Amino acid sequence: MALVLSLAIGVLIGSGVWLLLRPRTYQVIIGLSLISYGVNLFIFSMGRPRVGAPPLLGSGGPVDPAAYTDPIPQALVLTAIVIGFATTALFLVVLLVSRGLTGSDHVDGREPR
Amino acid sequence: MANETSLLLMIVLPFFGSVLALFLPSYRNAPVWLAGLVTLAVLLIAAACYPSVTDARVLHSTVEWVPSLGLSFKLRMDGFAWLFSMLVSGIGFLVVLYARYYMAPEDPIPRFFSLFLAFMGAMLGIVLSGNLILLVIFWELTSIFSFLLIGYWHHNAAARDGARMALTITGIGGLCLLAGVVLIGHIVGSYDLDAVLASGNVIRQSPLYVPTLVLVLLGALTKSAQFPFHFWLPNAMSAPTPVSAFLHSATMVKAGVFLMARLWPVMAGTDEWFWIVGFCGMMAFVLGAYFAIFQQDIKGLLAYSTISHLGLITMLLSLGSPLAAVAAIFHMVNHGTFKASLFMTAGIIDHEAGTRDIRRLSGLFRFMPITATLAMVASAAMAGVPLLNGFLSKEMFFAEAIETHAISILDTAAPYAAVLGSAFAVAYSIRFIQGVFFGPPPVDLPHEPHEAPFLMRLPMAVLVLLCLVVGIIPGLTIGPFLHAAVVSVLGPATPTYSLAVWHGINLPLLMSVAALIGGGILYLLLKSYLAHSEEGPPIFRLLKGQRIFERAMVTISWRWARYIETHLGTRRLQPQLKLLVGIAFIAGFFSLYRRGLEFGVPSMAGTEPAFAGLWIIGALCALAAAWQAKFHRLAALILLSGAGLATCITFAWLSAPDLALTQLLVEVVTTVLILLGLRWLPKRAAESRRIAAAAGIRLRRYRDLFIALAAGGGMSVVAYAVMARTPPKGIADFFLENAYMLGGGKNVVNVILVDFRGFDTLGEITVLGIVALTVFALLRRFRPAPDSIEMPEQQRIQNTNDEALPDRNPGDTVSDYLLVPSVIMQWLFPVIIVLAAYLFIRGHDLPGGGFAAGIAMAAAFILQYLAAGTVWVEDRLRILPVKWMGAGLLFAAATGAGAWLFGYPFLTSHARYVELPLVGSIPVASAMLFDLGVFLLVVGATVLMLIAIAHQSIRRLRASRVAEAEKEAT
Repeated sequence: MALVLSLAIGVLIGSGVWLLLRPRTYQVIIGLSLISYGVNLFIFSMGRPRVGAPPLLGSGGPVDPAAYTDPIPQALVLTAIVIGFATTALFLVVLLVSRGLTGSDHVDGREPR
Repeated sequence: MANETSLLLMIVLPFFGSVLALFLPSYRNAPVWLAGLVTLAVLLIAAACYPSVTDARVLHSTVEWVPSLGLSFKLRMDGFAWLFSMLVSGIGFLVVLYARYYMAPEDPIPRFFSLFLAFMGAMLGIVLSGNLILLVIFWELTSIFSFLLIGYWHHNAAARDGARMALTITGIGGLCLLAGVVLIGHIVGSYDLDAVLASGNVIRQSPLYVPTLVLVLLGALTKSAQFPFHFWLPNAMSAPTPVSAFLHSATMVKAGVFLMARLWPVMAGTDEWFWIVGFCGMMAFVLGAYFAIFQQDIKGLLAYSTISHLGLITMLLSLGSPLAAVAAIFHMVNHGTFKASLFMTAGIIDHEAGTRDIRRLSGLFRFMPITATLAMVASAAMAGVPLLNGFLSKEMFFAEAIETHAISILDTAAPYAAVLGSAFAVAYSIRFIQGVFFGPPPVDLPHEPHEAPFLMRLPMAVLVLLCLVVGIIPGLTIGPFLHAAVVSVLGPATPTYSLAVWHGINLPLLMSVAALIGGGILYLLLKSYLAHSEEGPPIFRLLKGQRIFERAMVTISWRWARYIETHLGTRRLQPQLKLLVGIAFIAGFFSLYRRGLEFGVPSMAGTEPAFAGLWIIGALCALAAAWQAKFHRLAALILLSGAGLATCITFAWLSAPDLALTQLLVEVVTTVLILLGLRWLPKRAAESRRIAAAAGIRLRRYRDLFIALAAGGGMSVVAYAVMARTPPKGIADFFLENAYMLGGGKNVVNVILVDFRGFDTLGEITVLGIVALTVFALLRRFRPAPDSIEMPEQQRIQNTNDEALPDRNPGDTVSDYLLVPSVIMQWLFPVIIVLAAYLFIRGHDLPGGGFAAGIAMAAAFILQYLAAGTVWVEDRLRILPVKWMGAGLLFAAATGAGAWLFGYPFLTSHARYVELPLVGSIPVASAMLFDLGVFLLVVGATVLMLIAIAHQSIRRLRASRVAEAEKEAT
């Protein structure tokens, strides 16, 4: 499980970084989305996720913390997902406006010589 | 009267007055009254404190600031601080009176007095600080306000340059002082002045003593314009004269010697101190006096004289003997009084005669006899003539100079340097008086000179009277006050000293006589040369400190900066991102390399094949998205969603239902968003890929591939290493154990978001709102690229077909397109709203919550746009996303603030269950109201962003119509 998850994180981030270094804005936005998947999974994995132990408490009685996964990375990632959406939207709009202003979709706003 | 509040008042009153002065009308008297009353009040408060500071007693006032860092707003007044605060506020009051007549009506008077009061507050802050960090803060404030005061006439280039130079030099000194003070704090373990003054031996024996000393002295010597930093002071003379009279006699430049005297008990007495302080002081004393003789501008002469007198004080402090320290403190006061009055003289002459050039001035005695008399007495004090205060401290200086303190060349040279410097002082004093007030009547002056108004002369007269009284009966006037100051600095080491005017015929007296005669002869020799010479002393005038300084500034701040920018900087994004990734990789790798990274042989044990299969697909999607993003944008988007879905399933698989839900919903809106944006990107033909890439480009790709592999591989290794270890005991248990007890919810993730860490969530939704508004604002002025304006090819073909068929109108095919899914999407509107409400209500106990519900609700809206088009939806449904956002933020903040009503801290929550008919028992917590705010804001922000982009399709039509109209017109 851990091995697959860590390899998945690596592939997501590797593909994302590759796209981040490409010259076209659309490539960068796809790359950033991939990186955000990878980073979210990475933060999530810091809580040593397990199968079948969601942090939803049973009714009443004292709580045994060992029966549940760590809720903190989940809370962090949940807001990260929403904020990630917002920044994707912002970047998309910036790239559209930049394309409208400069006529080019190169990340530097002009075609390379 | 004298208590803790009086100390605080002495600092607060000037700053308060400074702010108030800005709001006063600009006619002359209101700001003057304010400044006068404030300075007088401070003077009276200071005077009233005197009984509390005699006999080495200390007055304290402490307001805690950041106690955990050892920082407190601690004020402390002892005899020395008292003497200085009297000097500052007393001369401050006289200067205010003087400035009333000096400033022209067209000058912005409120700004002058505002800055003046702020400067005085900062100076009193230095004097009264009981904490070294606080002292440095006030120290920097004086630099800033002095910059503003020197540059008061900012239309004048010389004023701007002088102000900038003063700020640069004293500001750099202030930074050095800060570093020195931090070192002192490190050595002593406290920034408290009392603690520091009690640990002299610890400081002097510390291995860090020399760096500390150098840094502190850099601060003090720059401030006091000591050699080799003296050149800023003559350039600061383009300030209005009241500023010079205050800053360059009694305050700003005295801050440096004040600090040296303040730290004298803990830092002085070592060889390093003696050499650095002694050398700088002696150079400033002799060279300053020598340069002063050759100045043609009266204020320039006084500025060099100030450098020289401060050098004298610095020399005295360098000797490390208590008697010398007494003389230094005494001379600080004496110099303040006579120099302030002389600057006032210079101002009066400038004001009444229109010039300060000694070559042009002459014979003014017959026009302004009173001013001239006062100036003569003050100059005599400056020259050290008997029966004036300057004589007393200079005698003490001579007496100390002939003593042997340390066997060295510097000490041997001291008596000769003392006599030489004093002779120069006599020469420039005579020159000042003789050149300005005596001789033939002046010709060709800008104004007809006349006597200054009485109230303008009054401050001068008071100061000159003080010079006389102190000079004749020192024991009865300054004696007790000086003693209080000396005792507070020297403590038990206070020597016995005598302030008498006549000590009999001894060596110091002979030295004084020699200096007086020598100075007189020197003046007679130089008189004819000086009458026509250029500004500045021969030879040395070629070596301009200002020129060197400016050249250095240009080199550092322009040439080097440009060189570094052109050679190291880039405006291209790719190299910057490459650097970013590279540095992140190196930082991560370096820390792992140092601490070691151990984990066992990776194994697939315990991995479910389905999970592995999921990620084979997920990884292929990610790689393919990276492959296709340039030429097949839509394919890349679909593949990206594939990777997203794999992520989503992983969350669900590994016990994170909330994340899975949110990820799924966000996936939907992200895809819609990017789809909406695709329309505006340029076409890129896949054929161009066939063009053989140049070798350089191929090389770049290999390099990027390598970076990507390193980054991805590194993350894999780190993630695996973490997951292979047993987790340390974290804070998770607290949240799990208390979520239900304290937060009233069973979904721990949701409880953390809306209750335990509610404040963070409030911040996050605020960010979301700001981003949405930014998107909206950016798109309001969006102008698409010309090649994106036309209708898409697909729609054009459809319209052509419609036109060709007899029973169809253009646009029919577009509106019929995917009709069945459209209708289903429209019908889904209420269903999705119910889903959102369901997700919201159960969020506190089960997966769901404000974030997920909000995005579901936004999806409901955007589906309508997709199904029926913008125009159709907006004809039927008025969505006001900005209002949703506003309501959401207000709701969240008001819920948090509501806890105040019950006497709890911000965002304290309360929880209980409520029975509702039909629905059953549902949890109701005040945190749910907060969650409602989150929900409303997420809906508003998401819808606002999506609609803003969707709207561009309408605008595009308008733009194309305009383009067509233009085409027809031409």
